[in-house]
Amino acid sequence: MESVTEFMSMGGYGGYVWPAFGIVLFVMALLWVASMRGWRNSEKILATLRNSRREREDVAE
Amino acid sequence: MSMHYFANPARFTRLAGRIQPLAGCLAAILLIVGLYLALVQAPADYQQGETVRIMFVHVPSAWMALFCYSFLAVASAVALIWKHPLADLAAKASAPIGAGFTFLALVTGSLWGKPMWGTWWVWDARLTSVLILLFLYLGYMALWQAIEDSQKAAKAAAVLALVGAVNVPIIKFSVDWWNTLHQPASVLRMDGPAIHPSMLWPLLIMALAFKAYFVTLLLARMRMELNLRRIRALRLAERSS
Amino acid sequence: MKQLGAIIQRDLRLAARQGGATFLALVFFVLTVTLFPLGIGPEPAVLARVAPGVLWVAALLAAMLSLDRLFQADFEDGSLEQLALSGLPIGGVVLAKIIAHWLTTGLPLLLAAPILAVLLNMDDEGFAALMLTMLIGTPALSLIGAIGAALTLTVRRGGVLLSLLVLPLYIPVLIFGVSAIDAAVHGLNAKPHLLLLAALTVACLPLCPWAAAAAVKLSLE
Repeated sequence: MESVTEFMSMGGYGGYVWPAFGIVLFVMALLWVASMRGWRNSEKILATLRNSRREREDVAE
Repeated sequence: MSMHYFANPARFTRLAGRIQPLAGCLAAILLIVGLYLALVQAPADYQQGETVRIMFVHVPSAWMALFCYSFLAVASAVALIWKHPLADLAAKASAPIGAGFTFLALVTGSLWGKPMWGTWWVWDARLTSVLILLFLYLGYMALWQAIEDSQKAAKAAAVLALVGAVNVPIIKFSVDWWNTLHQPASVLRMDGPAIHPSMLWPLLIMALAFKAYFVTLLLARMRMELNLRRIRALRLAERSS
Repeated sequence: MKQLGAIIQRDLRLAARQGGATFLALVFFVLTVTLFPLGIGPEPAVLARVAPGVLWVAALLAAMLSLDRLFQADFEDGSLEQLALSGLPIGGVVLAKIIAHWLTTGLPLLLAAPILAVLLNMDDEGFAALMLTMLIGTPALSLIGAIGAALTLTVRRGGVLLSLLVLPLYIPVLIFGVSAIDAAVHGLNAKPHLLLLAALTVACLPLCPWAAAAAVKLSLE
C-alpha cells in the first residue's frame, strides 16, 4: 500500500507528473475517438447513398 | 513504382484498410510499454527528481509537432507540384493531429516548467516558437474551413502551408535572436542533463508510439476525407439527374 | 514596367479619391498608440522603455487592417480578372498593387511614427533607428500581407482569418525592427539588426508577390 502512495506522490511532484501524462492521454484519446467516429460515419453515409442509388437503378430497369 | 501508384483511391483504401489496424495495435502496445518504462522503470533524475518523467511525453510531443508540420508541408508541395489527388487529403488530415501534439507540447512544457522555473510560463525561445507553430496550425485549419469550394480550399491551404514552412525557420531564428537579447539571468535550460541510456529507451519507445498513433489517425482521417469527397460527388450527381 | 507604373498610378488615384482608407489606417495607428499610456500609466520612464515595441505592434496591426482592400475591391468588381486576362504577368500586377498599398499605408505610418515616439517619450537616440526600421520593415508588411489578402479573397468576412494567417508571419519583422531600435536606444550597434531586417525584406521582394500571385490565380479560376 505504501509503495502505491509513494508511486502516486512522485517524490512530491505528483501534482505535475500525473496531470502531464493525464492530459496527453486524454487529448490523444479524444482525437482518436473523434477521428474514428468521423471515419465510420462517413463509411455509413456512403454505403446508404450507394445502396439507395443501386435500388433506384434496379427500379429503373 | 511511380509517384502515382498510390494515387488510385481504391488501391489506397485497400492498403489503408490493411495498415490501419496494424498501426493502431502497434501504437497501443508501444504506448503501454512506453508508459510503464517512463513511469516505473526509468530512474528519477538526481537534479530534477521525478519531474524528469514529464520529458517522456513532452519531448515526443514536441517532436511530433514539428514532424507533422514537415509532413503537412511536404504533402502540400506534392499536391501543388504533382497534383497528386491524395496529397492534399494527407495534408488536411495531418493538421489536427499536429495541432493536438503542439498543444500537448505546450501544456506538458508548462507543467514541467512550474517545478523547474517556479512559474507556469516563461517566454523561453523554444516555448514561444512552439506557441507560434500552434498559431500556424490553427490558421491552416481555419483556411480549410473558410473556403467553401473544396478544390480551391485545397490549393489555398497548400500555398499557405508552403509559405508557413518557409517561415518556420525564419521565425525560429528571430525568436532565438529575440531571446538572447532578453535572456533572464537564471533560467534552467529545458535540455536538463545529458540523457542517460536508461532514459533513452522509454523516450524512443514513446516517440515510436506517437508515430504509430499518427499513422493510424492519418489513415483514418484520409479515408474519411476520401469518403466525404465521394459523398459530395454522389449528392451532386443526384441533384443534377 | 510602364504598365506596372500605370497600375500603381491607378491604385493611388483610387485611394486618393476614396481618401478614407489611408486616413483610417493612420487614425487606427495613432489611436492604438494612445491607448498604451492610458493602459499602463503615464510614467515617462516606463513609456520610453516600451515605446519601440508599442510603435511596431501598432504599425503591424494598422498595416494588417488595411490589407483587405489590397485586392478585395478589384476582385469584386472584376477588374482583377481583367488585369489577369490583359496578358500582363500576374506577379507584376500583384507587385504593383503591393507598392501602391505601401505608398498608401506604410509610408503614412512611417511619417507618423516619430510624432508618436515623441508622445511616448522615446529616447532621442532611437529616432534614426525608428525611421530606418520603419522604412525597411513596412514594405515587408505589405509584401507578406499580400499573401494573406490573396488567400482570403474568396472568403466572406475574412478579416479575422486574415489576422490569424498574417500576424504569425509578421513576427520576425516585429522582432528585428524593435531590437534595432532598442539597440540604438541603449547605445549599442543597431547594424546587425537592421541588416537582418533588410535581408528579410529583400527575401520577401521576389517570393511574396510570387506566392500571392499563385493565390490570386486560384481565386480567379
